[in-house]
Amino acid sequence: MTEATTGTPALKQGFAEMFKGGVIMDVVTADQARIAEAAGATAVMALERVPADIRKDGGVARMSDPKMIKEIIGAVSIPVMAKVRIGHIVEAQILQALGVDFIDESEVLTPADDQYHILKHDFKVPFVCGAKNLGEALRRVGEGASMIRTKGEAGTGNVIEAVRHARTVLGEIKHIQARPAEELMTVARDLQAPYELVRYVHEHGKLPVVNFAAGGVATPADAALMMHLGLDGVFVGSGIFKSDNPERRAQAIVKAVTHFQNPEVLAEISEDLGAPMTGINIDDLIPAERLAARGW
Amino acid sequence: MARVGVLALQGAFREHRAALERLGAQVAEVRLAADLDGLHGLILPGGESTTMARLMTEYALWEPLRAFHARGGQLWGTCAGAILLSGEVQGAPPQFGRQDSLGLLDVTVQRNAFGRQIDSFTTGLDMRGLTGAFPAVFIRAPAFARVGEGVEVLSEFDGQAVAVRQGRVLATAFHPELTGDDRLHELFLQGCLTPA
Repeated sequence: MTEATTGTPALKQGFAEMFKGGVIMDVVTADQARIAEAAGATAVMALERVPADIRKDGGVARMSDPKMIKEIIGAVSIPVMAKVRIGHIVEAQILQALGVDFIDESEVLTPADDQYHILKHDFKVPFVCGAKNLGEALRRVGEGASMIRTKGEAGTGNVIEAVRHARTVLGEIKHIQARPAEELMTVARDLQAPYELVRYVHEHGKLPVVNFAAGGVATPADAALMMHLGLDGVFVGSGIFKSDNPERRAQAIVKAVTHFQNPEVLAEISEDLGAPMTGINIDDLIPAERLAARGW
Repeated sequence: MARVGVLALQGAFREHRAALERLGAQVAEVRLAADLDGLHGLILPGGESTTMARLMTEYALWEPLRAFHARGGQLWGTCAGAILLSGEVQGAPPQFGRQDSLGLLDVTVQRNAFGRQIDSFTTGLDMRGLTGAFPAVFIRAPAFARVGEGVEVLSEFDGQAVAVRQGRVLATAFHPELTGDDRLHELFLQGCLTPA
């Protein structure tokens, strides 16, 4: 028997693999975390306000109160994630000290740094980061992200941006696969992505880490659509606890992700869930209100 | 050729599928009871045991899985899958009451026995039946806190049983599917081809 090694990229990325085919739900209280766990969430994201409320309230959105995060950690046995502002190294250190299982360096909070993301290799706790396209995803992986989520447009209940970002990332992956090997350095230059990671994508036809959908998923059909497009799982934020019947909707979305290829099951679970969250037409958002534009 | 299934409700089922296919097995993804027809063995993968247990209830998979075992099917659970096979589960969320499990393995399994994600670790394990250390990936892993008389302990770490076998049921607290070392998958496939 050899000694145990902790905090390696293999452990961080392997942990993210365990979420696949699952739903990660935003929660703001220990009670909501219990509802999410009972509904079959594979993890919960502890935050002070769901994106719909951050959008409504305005102001600066920051890391949550450690007391609330500790209450949520105490309330459930599934992994607990929490968000830090882009570039906020100290918020991340605090979450790691609290024993959070995964950190989301998230554009949903107000960025702390307008140029640099956190060097995630420096942490033992794994990170998930948002991306709108392949170059952005590979830059985050290059910094040490163990998981990527497409950004979507959080808090809108409108899936169009999540679809756009998923199609962009997956389309760019296919495009790279079709390129001859000698063109990859130029591809890396154009994408502004690390060459070695571009080579990985060329060889394997996928990102080096798990890739979830996020931002605007509000119905079981939305969640199944993201799986159908080829993503590994789904984050749901405002979509559950801003709907009429969070318990039923949460359960239905979990089942939709498992049975995304089975329209009969999807028809059955989509029935009679009560009203979904009220959505926002993204075309009506002024550019400053678009969260997906944060990060680079 | 062995025909084996991987329970594909949630978790690392694709990695198991890839390992089995590297070894030449015919692999089916199992989401509903009917998917078990014609299989010799089934792997229950890592993931979140509460999520999988919930979906197993929703899709009435408990009895079909027990029946599959009873008619000679081989079973192997890794991490969350091992929890699902066990007789008793410790460390389940209190609001769930007792966590459901298949009860096909006479052990008490302790969830998250080694701590949270920052405590997750890799190590080389000595395993009965294998020559040379097996690269084991423990992610928020369980351990077999109590092992019944009929259960063979195949490996221990830090004084706790982490790989066990009882008849046609194999359980490992770690994730062989994440390592590229297919020796345990090979052992499992051999078991699937041995007449019960």
